[in-house]
Amino acid sequence: MSETKALESMIGEEYKYGFTTDVEYEDFPKGINEDVVRLISEKKNEPEWMTEFRLKAYRAWTEMEEPSWFNATYEKPKFDTLQFYSAPKNKPKLNSLDEVDPNIRETYEKLGIPLDEQKMLAGVAVDAVFDSVSIFTTFKEKLAEAGVIFCSISEAVQDYPELVKKYMGSVVPARDNFYAALNSAVFSDGSFCYVPKDTICPMELSTYFRINNMNSGQFERTLIIAEENSHVSYLEGCTAPMFDEHQLHAAVVELVALDNAEIKYSTIQNWYSGDEEGRGGIYNFVTKRGACRGKNSKISWTQLETGSAVTLKYPSVILQGDNSVGEFFSVAVTNKRQQADTGTKMIHIGKNTKSTIISKGISAGRSDNSYRGQVKISKKADNARNYSQCDSMLIGQTCGAHTFPYIESANPTGKIEHEATTSRVGEDQIFYLQQRGISEDDAISLIVNGFCKEVLKELPMEFAVEANKLLGIKLEGSVG
Amino acid sequence: MLELKNLHAEVEGEGIEILKGVNLKVNKGEIHAIMGPNGSGKSTLAKVIAGHPEYEVTGGDIIYKGESILEMDPDERAHAGVFLAFQYPVEVPGVTNTTLLRESYNTIAASRGREELDPLEFDDYIREKLDLVEMNPDFLERSVNTGFSGGEKKRNEIFQMAVLQPTLSLLDETDSGLDIDALRIVSEGINKLHGEEDAVVLITHYQRLLNYIVPDHVHVMLGGKIVKSGGKELAFELEEKGYDWLESLAKVNGEAK
Repeated sequence: MSETKALESMIGEEYKYGFTTDVEYEDFPKGINEDVVRLISEKKNEPEWMTEFRLKAYRAWTEMEEPSWFNATYEKPKFDTLQFYSAPKNKPKLNSLDEVDPNIRETYEKLGIPLDEQKMLAGVAVDAVFDSVSIFTTFKEKLAEAGVIFCSISEAVQDYPELVKKYMGSVVPARDNFYAALNSAVFSDGSFCYVPKDTICPMELSTYFRINNMNSGQFERTLIIAEENSHVSYLEGCTAPMFDEHQLHAAVVELVALDNAEIKYSTIQNWYSGDEEGRGGIYNFVTKRGACRGKNSKISWTQLETGSAVTLKYPSVILQGDNSVGEFFSVAVTNKRQQADTGTKMIHIGKNTKSTIISKGISAGRSDNSYRGQVKISKKADNARNYSQCDSMLIGQTCGAHTFPYIESANPTGKIEHEATTSRVGEDQIFYLQQRGISEDDAISLIVNGFCKEVLKELPMEFAVEANKLLGIKLEGSVG
Repeated sequence: MLELKNLHAEVEGEGIEILKGVNLKVNKGEIHAIMGPNGSGKSTLAKVIAGHPEYEVTGGDIIYKGESILEMDPDERAHAGVFLAFQYPVEVPGVTNTTLLRESYNTIAASRGREELDPLEFDDYIREKLDLVEMNPDFLERSVNTGFSGGEKKRNEIFQMAVLQPTLSLLDETDSGLDIDALRIVSEGINKLHGEEDAVVLITHYQRLLNYIVPDHVHVMLGGKIVKSGGKELAFELEEKGYDWLESLAKVNGEAK
């Protein structure tokens, strides 16, 4: 067993999760072609339909062009040197926590993920994704009692092929976009959740992602299905160690809500965002989409985006069912040289559908923060309503904030409201709080937390506390 | 308590001198009033004592409780007991009065080695203080100064003073924007808060505040200096003769430009 190297102390306080863990990795060829796609499928013992799904996606991807319509500039990933699959070697089938590689457990402890009794008390089931293979799933049994399936997507392919076949790619088709196609071809692992009819999931489900292996792309695939009259809340947390080179994270998340079902999906994203000069950091190019297929269904996205060098991400809701509801609550913080282009799409198809968008962008340092949102009301969507509020806050003089709303209505009964504001954290505001005894960093943290309050209150309790801290750490010393 | 020694200050980076040698001595238990026309440097003086980064001290010293505080950050000065009631209180959307005050109270308490209060204890503590300025408890859960009327903001400043119990209170035009009832309430609050162990410096244009809060000393500022000091009767004299009287006086003495 090799020793864990904590690079943390070398790097200092800057990025708390910048350590790597020495675990032996299976070797895997770099670059991508049909053989690599087949090999991934083979490694995972997948049935033929799954291999075909991947190959089709791969072929589609080779015909697509990398997009460039967003407000960010970066060096394109080099797909021929990227390692598309990475798995710790002593691949486990584990019966208890004690069997998890101690190095990996230590990593999780540093991340503050208590994969243990404490978590049970907290009532959170964790499906931890370490590089690409899901190591361990807790609480499976308790969930099974309620009839909830919560496992890695690889297991689901083996154990619940009918469900996976039916729903995977049904919300985000393989050809949807360049990175979704790539993900569909090479996805390594991720979470699968199925909540049966008339079931309230008895606990918050949680996944922590972590990219450990240098140069490895991480291609998560998450699929959540809520049957009629069911309810589930899912939390996703992300961190990555620090490397000079850019790493790619291209996930696909699909949510399906049937009649009267509700899915709440919360994310705290804290990928490494690179240094002051923009070296290193994660490219976070993610396709997240939910389909409100049933009547009166509801999908709610809440996200706190604090990390990554470049973020392109638009969690969306397709409001198919009549009276369905889509929500998007977002806080995106950029500092140093980070670039974020994030927002949502609300596609109204059913009657009396309703969507709410609350977006808070905070820019500091020399970063660029863009909100991009689309609200589309289709011809048949009678009485559809949307309310959007996009607020930007600037800290310092060298950052940027942009808002790009796209509104399209093909039905005269639709109502769309859009509000946008931009403010700057002023010297007077900070001085006022300092005069009340609060330090400069705490003052900024307080002002920013106040600014984001409407969104933060949407986060589940244990995440909200973490979110508050993260905002503070992220903006420390941002006023010179 | 407070001693200003030939204090000079200018706007940071602009080289415009606003305080041109202020001398002032405030002992504990005293109330001082600083009066003067617009632009005489009264508000700047309060901000400089509190440590506003917009101003740079270019000469002289600020001695508080026997030590120079020039090198201290504004929050450190607050920990030491300096309180500034702002002329224009700042809005902090999304942060409730209670949140701000608990954070303030506990930070100051911790810096002085006093016991911090948990949310429930703190709630009991501040509710008592509400009565002092006849404030509705709803205020506690509203965002700091956000959507407050001018009068409510001023009252809120005195409420904060009551909660934080400073030793040196600088009240910058707390009377402006208050109607006659609010002026009485706020003044009575200040009188109740003031005791033998603390000092109050009132900055005002008008004599009317001094009908409610009786100062031990009155100073008149003109052109960045204190040009005349006296007892409370000086305020009446000013009210009667206007600032022109002092301006001519200052010119004769060659003190103000």
